[in-house]
Amino acid sequence: MSPVAQHGIVISNTESIPGKQIVEFYGVVSGNTVRAKHIGRDIMAGLKNVVGGELKGYTELLQDSREEALSRMIEQAQSMGANAVVNVRFATSSISQGAAELFAYGTAVKVA
Amino acid sequence: MDAISLFINFGWPLLLLLLAYFIGNLLEKKHFSRIRKREEENIGFPTVSFDTMPADWNASSSTMVMGSIVISLDYFKRVIAGLRSLVGGRIKTYEPLLERARREAVLRMVEAARADGYDAVFNVRLETSRLANARGDGQGIAGVEMLAYGTAVKLQTRFSPASRS
Repeated sequence: MSPVAQHGIVISNTESIPGKQIVEFYGVVSGNTVRAKHIGRDIMAGLKNVVGGELKGYTELLQDSREEALSRMIEQAQSMGANAVVNVRFATSSISQGAAELFAYGTAVKVA
Repeated sequence: MDAISLFINFGWPLLLLLLAYFIGNLLEKKHFSRIRKREEENIGFPTVSFDTMPADWNASSSTMVMGSIVISLDYFKRVIAGLRSLVGGRIKTYEPLLERARREAVLRMVEAARADGYDAVFNVRLETSRLANARGDGQGIAGVEMLAYGTAVKLQTRFSPASRS
């Protein structure tokens, strides 16, 4: 289940919710998380780097982090009284060696 | 220089390079055939990159879906790219790597949408981000993340691929 469905809030990366009308704007909401890599994962990834292919540990790490950033964004939207977040965007930045920030932002709205 | 130090200095990297080349190539071929098979299974599931929903879709509910993968740049490819960067030009070894990661990310997004019962995805966006190296000297872990995301919709009148001509 996606974090989106759990919160009962509709999110979309488009400017409107399909089949619905935006009735109120609340402003930009955002959520972030900074994660460091796990040393065990790093060693496995080091081995994987010889032959190439998917780094599963990293895929999961980034997925979890992105979901966390999204649910923080959703919480903020909920506290404002919104029932949807539109135009959601992601940004990733590596702030230092071995740590990355995942950031999600969008516009909190009320749809009807 | 004795035989052992000669091996450590030259033989070992060469062996690793060959090993990386053969295993990496094999894994890549296998991955591509898996991707093709899954793409065939998903024919008839529309993914659209338009930012507005096509006019003939009537959505009853929607959500955002994502799919991502982190793929590593293998040893052989990095060496070839390193040599390539001396003279410039096309780095052919990196092209299938990025292609397979991107197609895999899109497939994961589609599979996530289908698993939750959605009929189509629109406003599909693809993002690429490079993961930081584990060590500052450019060595260590090098990976690329591909992210595909879009808005999945449930359609009231579900179209069949055959009727859309």
